[in-house]
Amino acid sequence: MWAFIIRKILYNVPVYVGVLVLVFLALRVQDPVYQYLGQEAGQEQIDQLRRSMGLDRPLPVQFGIYLREVVTFNFEAQSWNQRGTEVGEILKRSIVPSLSLTVPALVLSTVIGVFISLIAAYFRGRAPDRILMIAAVLGMSISFLVYIIFGQFFFAAVPREAGLGWWPFAVQGYEPWIVFGEGGGVYPGRWVTYCMLPVMISVIVSMGYDTRFYRAVMVEETGRDYITTAVAKGATKPKIMFVHMLKNAMIPVITRVMSTLPFVVIGSILLEMYFGIPGMGREIITAIINKDFPVIQAFVAVFALIFIASVILTDVLYAVVDPRVRLS
Amino acid sequence: MGQRSEQNRANRTGAEGPVLSVRRLTTRFRTDRGIVTAVDDVSFDVAPGETLGIVGESGCGKTVTSKSIMRLLPDHVASYGDESEVIYRGNNLLRASESEMRKVRGDGIAMIFQEPMTSLNPVFTVGWQLNEALKYHTKLRARERRARIIEMLKLVDMPNPEKRIDEYPHQLSGGMRQRVMIAIALCCEPDVLIADEPTTALDVTIQAQILDLMNELKSRLNTAIILITHDLGVVAQVCDRVQVMYAGRVIESASAREVFHNPRHPYTRGLLDSIPKQGGKQKGARLPAIGGIVPSLWELPPGCRFQERCRYKQQKCVDVEPDLVTDPDGHARRCHFPLGTSAKLTVGASS
Repeated sequence: MWAFIIRKILYNVPVYVGVLVLVFLALRVQDPVYQYLGQEAGQEQIDQLRRSMGLDRPLPVQFGIYLREVVTFNFEAQSWNQRGTEVGEILKRSIVPSLSLTVPALVLSTVIGVFISLIAAYFRGRAPDRILMIAAVLGMSISFLVYIIFGQFFFAAVPREAGLGWWPFAVQGYEPWIVFGEGGGVYPGRWVTYCMLPVMISVIVSMGYDTRFYRAVMVEETGRDYITTAVAKGATKPKIMFVHMLKNAMIPVITRVMSTLPFVVIGSILLEMYFGIPGMGREIITAIINKDFPVIQAFVAVFALIFIASVILTDVLYAVVDPRVRLS
Repeated sequence: MGQRSEQNRANRTGAEGPVLSVRRLTTRFRTDRGIVTAVDDVSFDVAPGETLGIVGESGCGKTVTSKSIMRLLPDHVASYGDESEVIYRGNNLLRASESEMRKVRGDGIAMIFQEPMTSLNPVFTVGWQLNEALKYHTKLRARERRARIIEMLKLVDMPNPEKRIDEYPHQLSGGMRQRVMIAIALCCEPDVLIADEPTTALDVTIQAQILDLMNELKSRLNTAIILITHDLGVVAQVCDRVQVMYAGRVIESASAREVFHNPRHPYTRGLLDSIPKQGGKQKGARLPAIGGIVPSLWELPPGCRFQERCRYKQQKCVDVEPDLVTDPDGHARRCHFPLGTSAKLTVGASS
């Protein structure tokens, strides 16, 4: 198994370097300094900014610096927009808020989605299945923004206005619920206040898509021969669904989860903007709007790393659930 | 197992009635084109240690018969006739609750399927899949179950069972997978084993091995076997009695010897003639085949269902559907004009 994991990682190293080269070149097609400073900037100002980023040096050297930053995960360059702040600092403070949204949202939507789809497949063609599938289509037809606005209004603003002091959800804002360093600690209450509502919205939004997809997977599995064998052995229906079928259905489920990862990240950008959560999504949007070249360059590298890591994780999980993958 | 198996052994020593009785089994399917009767008024008994062959071409209802016994057909499409009964241990399985059925499945009646390549769950080990059946039907502890699994794998001639127990189905060949299926089916010592085309997907040498194995296990465990097949060669090798089905109905039923040497239904005759015989025919001669195709179950002709393909068709065959008539010698056939001489029949009756 370890050999398998190491092999997968080694395969993906050249892929990642390739992505970095592309990102590196794409960001230099137009001069980032002009982009940032605009036409009125003086030559001296331009030269100074260019020198401070090392953009006056030959491309291979620049790439070497970029690579070193990525490999050591030490982004020393300063943000252009947030003067005096290192890019690494921005990254560090925004990563936890982002993961506080995406990880619970992804886990919950997958678990709930698979569970609902099993129920639908169990009652295939009958009332519970029909009702769930109609609900799924309905859920899919409504825009993400509607969920956010309605959620904020009815589940945060209205109860707060009504003077329910104990009401846990805030309309907007963020306080770190995991504090590092001295005097730090974990404050789950803060997570509930600031992250739970956006997580719930994110889960509800993906529910329609997830259940429809997983139901199709489950229905396909119900027709397999091994299911008949299990019935003929005297297995109970829950055993068949939650043991026999579920483990076979894990491959498409994993594929699905990993392929929705980009959308979860993009989706959480919206959530971060609307709920005022200082996550990576909000940072990168701010950076793009302000043409904050050092931040963009670093964040894109980190996003790419997350995606490649998820691809590797997908392959490893395949091997865990399906013995046939391990051999090939 | 414990108590029940004691009881079994006691039962098996005494010569007593059938272990499984199928009475007037009629299975209907709801389809988009309306209701179709896949199995029509089928009755038979199997005694302990006996092998009954159910023979017929594709779509004649043999698999549906076997799945009806185990109630493996989906409830929302399949229904059974009001008079239909599958009597096992005094219970009508067709009216049994789902939890009663679970106790019967795998324990009292077990089944082997046609496709060993897909019948095992690909993501669990061989041992896990055997263990599952033992867990449901015995009170053995984990270590005892493992010992029993290895013993079962040895019984089905699985090479290197201590190693194979932890392997996955994709690591086994088709023949070995079918051995695992047989081991699963037999691990709780069922009274009845239903084998639905167990050798169809296997190559000929493996076929012979699997059949030998089933024969041997039958005599060792005194299991009743219902063997479903379209292969008359297989029937000749293992069956005591044979029931030939055509378009959902039983058309001939007799001992295997009788069916092979003295078939009375033209369809059975046709099936036997179409088996290639060594040195039987001149070189280049065409193998005789039964002309025509099986009638669609939606558009069954009035009268005999075989009429359109029958060489001996008379007006009566078009007008009246023949009943399944049991001749004095116990040979049953559904034909107005059975083959074989009437003289033979009288001899059979008087003896």
